[in-house]
Formats: sequence, structure tokens, C-alpha cells
Amino acid sequence: MTTKHETYYVPAQSAWPIVGAIGLFLIAFGAGQFVTQLKSGNSGGGYILFAGIAVILFMLVGWFRTVIQESMTGLYSHQMDRSFRQGMSWFIFSEVMFFAAFFGALFYARMFAVPWLGGASNNAMTHEILWPNFEAVWPLLTTPDGTKTTAMPWNGLPLINTIVLLTSSVTLHFAHISLEKGKRSAIILWLGLTILLGISFLALQVAEYRHAYEEMGLTLTSGIYGNTFFLLTGFHGMHVTLGTIFLLVLFFRVLKGHFSVDKHFAFQAGSWYWHFVDVVWLCLFIFVYVL
Amino acid sequence: MSTLTQDQIAAHDEHHHGAPKGIMRWILTTNHKDIGTLYLWFSFIMFLTGGAMAMVIRAELFQPGLQLVEPNFFNQMTTVHGLIMVFGAVMPAFTGLANWLIPMMIGAPDMALPRMNNWSFWILPFAFTILLSSLFMEGGGPNFGWTFYAPLSTTYSPDSTALFVFSIHIMGISSIMGAINVIVTIVNLRAPGMTWMKLPLFVWTWLITAFLLIAVMPVLAGAVTMVLTDKFFGTSFFEAAGGGDPVMFQHIFWFFGHPEVYIMILPSFGIISAIVPAFSRKPLFGYASMVYATASIAILSFLVWAHHMFTTGMPVFAELFFMYCTMLIAVPTGVKVFNWVATMWRGSLSFETPMLFAVAFIILFTIGGFSGLMLAITPADFQYHDTYFVVAHFHYVLVTGAIFSIMAAAYYWLPKWTGHMYSERLGQWHFWCSVISVNVLFFPMHFLGLAGMPRRIPDYSIQFADVNQIVSIGGFAFGLSQLIFLVLVIKCIRGGEKAPAKPWEGSEGLEWTLPSPAPYHSFTTPPEVK
Ligand code: HEM
Ligand SMILES: [Cu+2]
Repeated sequence: MTTKHETYYVPAQSAWPIVGAIGLFLIAFGAGQFVTQLKSGNSGGGYILFAGIAVILFMLVGWFRTVIQESMTGLYSHQMDRSFRQGMSWFIFSEVMFFAAFFGALFYARMFAVPWLGGASNNAMTHEILWPNFEAVWPLLTTPDGTKTTAMPWNGLPLINTIVLLTSSVTLHFAHISLEKGKRSAIILWLGLTILLGISFLALQVAEYRHAYEEMGLTLTSGIYGNTFFLLTGFHGMHVTLGTIFLLVLFFRVLKGHFSVDKHFAFQAGSWYWHFVDVVWLCLFIFVYVL
Repeated sequence: MSTLTQDQIAAHDEHHHGAPKGIMRWILTTNHKDIGTLYLWFSFIMFLTGGAMAMVIRAELFQPGLQLVEPNFFNQMTTVHGLIMVFGAVMPAFTGLANWLIPMMIGAPDMALPRMNNWSFWILPFAFTILLSSLFMEGGGPNFGWTFYAPLSTTYSPDSTALFVFSIHIMGISSIMGAINVIVTIVNLRAPGMTWMKLPLFVWTWLITAFLLIAVMPVLAGAVTMVLTDKFFGTSFFEAAGGGDPVMFQHIFWFFGHPEVYIMILPSFGIISAIVPAFSRKPLFGYASMVYATASIAILSFLVWAHHMFTTGMPVFAELFFMYCTMLIAVPTGVKVFNWVATMWRGSLSFETPMLFAVAFIILFTIGGFSGLMLAITPADFQYHDTYFVVAHFHYVLVTGAIFSIMAAAYYWLPKWTGHMYSERLGQWHFWCSVISVNVLFFPMHFLGLAGMPRRIPDYSIQFADVNQIVSIGGFAFGLSQLIFLVLVIKCIRGGEKAPAKPWEGSEGLEWTLPSPAPYHSFTTPPEVK
């Protein structure tokens, strides 16, 4: 249907979106059941959840395959390319706002909630009546109700992880430059290295979590410090995982020779995503670990 | 561009790739009109569902004392009524209008990302199935109000809260994808010559709405996520004993919530700015100022959220800051109302149904704006907060504002969508029944609130009985009046007088250069805009 005017491409009917909707339904419903059943020890919800994830993966593979085919057969115009790019940028902006909510919680807790519990601003009586022995410090190692924990130092694993992730952004940038110059083996090298760095980051983070849980008594339930620590680093880790999978897919597509010097939207998107995840980590490193 | 060539293109189009047949047409569609239709019907079904819940609420409140339902069920009704109307009725209706109209208004063949468009829609029926099914779970559905304040939604909430949380998550995904699609379409698919300052205001307001959606829906996702972990995974974001703060929930929620109310009104501004000039047979007064006013409302909407929290004991500086910023929003809003009235000034007016709804919008929305200003005065809000005065305020802006504008839009564009004129007689009936009953329903609520009747309570003191009875009667009447609209729409789809390409003599815009009903693919070649 593009014969009349080449700038417009309207895809024909597609089954992938409804598959995706069913997948999300199973994920939401399954996760809801799963979480509710945690207390009672029943299962069932978990299976629905995994079925949903499987459906979504199936959908992603199928949908992207269609898009890749369309793109390879040259159905896409510059306008489509722009639409994809802008769509991806706005998606990343929405992710920024998602993290902003959790950073907002962190800042609010540090600047208001905890000091106020300690009697700051107009809250002298709150302190006096509720928990007179409570001491407002950050990291909050003793909560008002007396739960104790220890703080994660920044100069061990977290520092190494920062270096790993920052390096990976640089190597990815080199991969991109090689792509724009059309140097195939260099792309493979740099991209492969980026993926390895991503995986190392995740492995180190797992080690850090185990250390926190098993040796430091720092868990998701150890008061607002542990809450913000694990929610922020946890969601970041999820994004690194997704980003690594994204890069892996790109890697195989490079091997197949899918990208050309001037047409490589998917590569661009993957690299934007990776840089974004990297910047989030920098903020995390500064505000969760160092300061 | 002559209509004739469009007709030929349309005929050609129908021949090659017109609408497919059967149910799969709707499930697999990538067509912006099909998807728009799906959104609009979905929204209408949700409107009736949420409306039925409102009827339960009004029946219970017909008399003091507990009559029909358990207090816990009453709370579930107020909660789910609110959630359904906000996320299921108003927002999808606007997205449906965006789908139908934006490509036609900017001279595009379709939305920029048609498959994602389908995905955005089909998430919604599933999300609301989950939400509604939670009502039948053990322990009941969500009962903490549509604002789900902690600790009501954490410590004291039913188990089904997990389902509530995940249904909100996927609604959010749907809204974000829909918004991305709108922005990308407007930025990339405008016809040659359709410069920014020539865009119809509906397109402008939706562009800004879409930006708001992408900015705040993720924040809502963050809020529900923290509710989930607080309730099920032992965190204490919203619990002072662990160093958190329940008031923090309110900050995060309203950082989403206030822009959200503008998400539900900005597209209305666009609709009214299309209809008022058409039936005044005059161009819109102050187009540029409308664009700037919309943008300033959007920016300011990020700076006023704590006007919902004046009574939480914030520092005085914060109370003052949020009070002044809130009042500032009234300025661009006033600019808009002024421009609509100035457009009508000395116009040759006629009052077909769309115009009736538009005029009612201007008057009644302004009443809602004024009660908003009263609420914005911090010391006064200590009296009004959490009373029926707030309920009156937001129903004036949402029902006689957002919903009336959606009705106006439906009447205005129905001929373009269906190819038939609707029955003007039924339309007038619908309007007059609605506008009278809606005021009987919501105006007395102001007095109830001023006299101190709290909101979200299934029982009340005896002195409020008379006014509540009047309100309930207004409520039933308003609910029934909407059935007239249902009949009218069905009749209009089935048949009726054939609509010309441009049924309203004063209307402007590219959509009226297309034949009625509009061809399956809007503009297969971009029209030249001069
Ligand atoms: C001139 C503009 C407006 C001003 C100054 C204003 C001000 C306010 C204030 C101060 C409150 C809090 C009242 C309280 O809880 O004590 C409020 C509540 C509310 N407003 Fe507005 N408002 C305005 C316009 C709007 C619009 C356009 C909408 C939606 C289309 C809207 C929807 C709401 C809703 C839904 C609530 C109640 C939320 C809840 O607690 O459930 N407002 N408004
Ligand atoms: Cu507000």
C-alpha cells in the first residue's frame, strides 16, 4: 500500500499486539495472584506469571522479526526512522520519570521524613511523643522501631561496578563509531566487550546483594535505608539485564550483517538505552552510596 | 485539494484495502479509525459501568443510616467508581478522539506507529477485567479511595491490592504508548505546510497532554510499586516506624495526580476551541494565546500538587508556595475562557447539540474553576478539605467539563465518523436532560460540603438528609439521560440522513475536506496546506 506515496507506510493487520496484550494480562494477573499467595504459601500465580513472560518473549521475537524484515526489504522511509528514534527517546524519558519517583522517595526520606522524626522543623512534639530516643542520621541504621542494619560502603564492589559500567559505555561508543565507519570486526570486538562488562556488572551486583543479606544484615526490610537501597539498585539491575539482552540481540544481528553505515536504528536505540542505564547508575552511586 | 480526488482515492482504497470483515478486523487492526472506535466504545462501556457504581452510591446516600450496602462495599464502590471514570472512561475517550481526529486533522494516513496503537488499546480491556475481578475476590476489591492513600492501601487494605497494583501498571503502559504515538505522529506526519502555528488546537492540546502523560504515568507506577512492596514485601516507605512517611505517599501520588487532572481537561480545551468558532461562524479569538496558555498550564501543573495536602501539616512556606502557584494557574485558564467568550461575541450563533454542550462546558467548567480557587486558599481549605465541597468541585470540572466536552466532540464529529447525521431532536433531549439533572446532582453538593458533610462516608447526620435526597434524584436522572445518548449513537450508526463532507457551515480543518464517512485510510497522499 505504499505505491501511491512513498513516504507513508501503514502496516497491514498484525497479530503481535493482541499477543502482547494477552501476555501483559497474564503477567499482571499472575503477578497479582503470586504476590497475594506469598503469605499462604499457595502457588499457581507464579505459573501464570511465567506463562505471561513467555508469551511476551514470543511476541517480542515475532514482532521484531517482522519489523526487521520490513526494514531490510526497504519499506521504511526516513519518516519511519525518525518516528522510531523519537519513540525510543520518549520511552527513555518515561523511564527517567520512573526512576525519578524512587529518587524522589530517597530525597524526601533523607531531607524530610527522617529529620522530622528526629524533631526538625516544626516536629519537636512528634519526636518527643512518638520515639524520643530516635536519632535522625543518614544512612539510617537504627529505625524508629529499633530495627538495626549496617551501611553499604561505596569504595568496595560498588566502586568497581561503577568503573565497569562507565567503561562499558565507552566501549559501546567505540562499537558505534566502528559501525559508522563500517569496520565489522571492530564492532564485534567492542560490542562483545560491552556485553561482557554488562554481565560482570550483574555478577558483581549479585555478589554485593549476597554480602548485604548474609553478612551485613542489610535487607529490603531494614527500614527506609534498606528500602531505598534495594528498590533503586534492584530496578537499575533489572534495566541492566534488559539492556544486556538488548545488546546481545544487536550482537547477533551484527553477525548477520543487518546494519549498514547509515541505517542502524536498532543499534542506536540499544546504545541510547545503555547510556541511559549508565547515567542512572552514576546518580545511584553518588546519592545511594557516596553521599 | 478537491473533494473529488479524495473520493476517487477513497474508492480506490476501499477496493484494494478497505476494512476487513468480521471480529478479527477489530482484534488485529492497525487502522487509526478502527482503534479510535474501539477506544470510544470501551470508554462508553466503562462510563456506564462506573455510572452504575455511582447509582449504588447515590441510592445508599438517599437516606441517612445504612440502607442497602455494607460500609466496606460502599468504599469499594467509591474507589472503583473513581478509578474507572478516570482511567477507563475519560482518558480512553480522549485517546479515542485523538486516534480518530489527529491523523485527519494534520493530513496523515494514520498514526505513526499503528501496531503499537493496537497494543495500547487492547491492554485496556484486560487491565479493567483484572481491576473489576478483584471486586469478587476474598476480602473484596480496592476500598481505599481512588487516591489509595497509605496506610489505607498498605496496612489496612484487602489482599486484592496486588491485583489493583498490577492493573494500574498495565494501564500505565497503555497510556504511555498511546502518548508516545500521539507525539510522534504530530511531530512527523504533518502535511506539508501544516506549520506549528497552524495546527488545530485539539492537536496542540493533545501534544501537550501526551507530554504530561509520559512525564507522570511512570511516577504513578512508582507509587503503586512502593505500595506493593510496603504491603507485601515488608518495606516501610510509607511507615514512620521504619523511617518512612505516609505523607510521602501523598507527595508522590499528587505529583502524578495534579498533572493527571490536566491530562483530563486539556484535550477538552482543544475540542471547545474547535466547536465554538464553528457555531459562531467566526475564527477563534486569540489562537496564539490559547497555545501559550495551554503550555503554561502544563508547566504550572507540576508546581501545585501539594494543594491537595494543605491539611497534612506541611511547613508554612510550602503551604504558601503551593497556594500562590495554584492561584497562578487560574490566569491562563481565565485567558481561555475569555477567548471562547470573545469568539462568540457578535458571532452569528446557532445552537446545535455540539454547541449547546460547548456553551454549557464554558459556564459550568468555570464554576468548577471558581470552586477550585476557593479550595486553593489554604486557610479556607482547612474547612473545605475532604468534604462534599471538593466532590462538587471536581465533578464540575470533570463531568460538566471533561465529559461534556467529550459529548460535544461526539456530536460534532459523528457525521464524519458514521456518514449520517444524528437525530437533532434526540440530541437536544439528551442535552437538556443532562444539563438540568447534572446541576441538580452536583450544585447542592457545594452546600453539603460547606455545612460540613464529609466525603466517602456511607452514612450521615440527619440534617443533611433533604439535600442528599435532591442530589440522589439528580444523580438517577443524569444516569438515565445518558441512555438517550446510547440510543442516539446506535441510530446514527445504523442510518439517518446522509451527511455531507462538511455538515457544519462554520467548521474549519482538514477533516472536513474528506468525505463523510471518512475513507478507511485518511490521507494517502498528503494534502497541501496553504
Ligand atoms: C482553576 C483551576 C483549579 C484549581 C485552582 C483547583 C484547585 C483544587 C484544590 C485546591 C483541590 C484540593 C481540595 C481538597 O482536597 O481540599 C482540588 C481537588 C481536585 N481537583 Fe481541582 N482545581 C482546578 C481545576 C481542576 C481541573 C481542571 C480538574 C480536572 C479536570 C480538577 C480536578 C480535581 C480533582 C479530581 C480533585 C479532587 C481529588 C481528590 O481528592 O479526590 N481540578 N482542586
Ligand atoms: Cu490539583
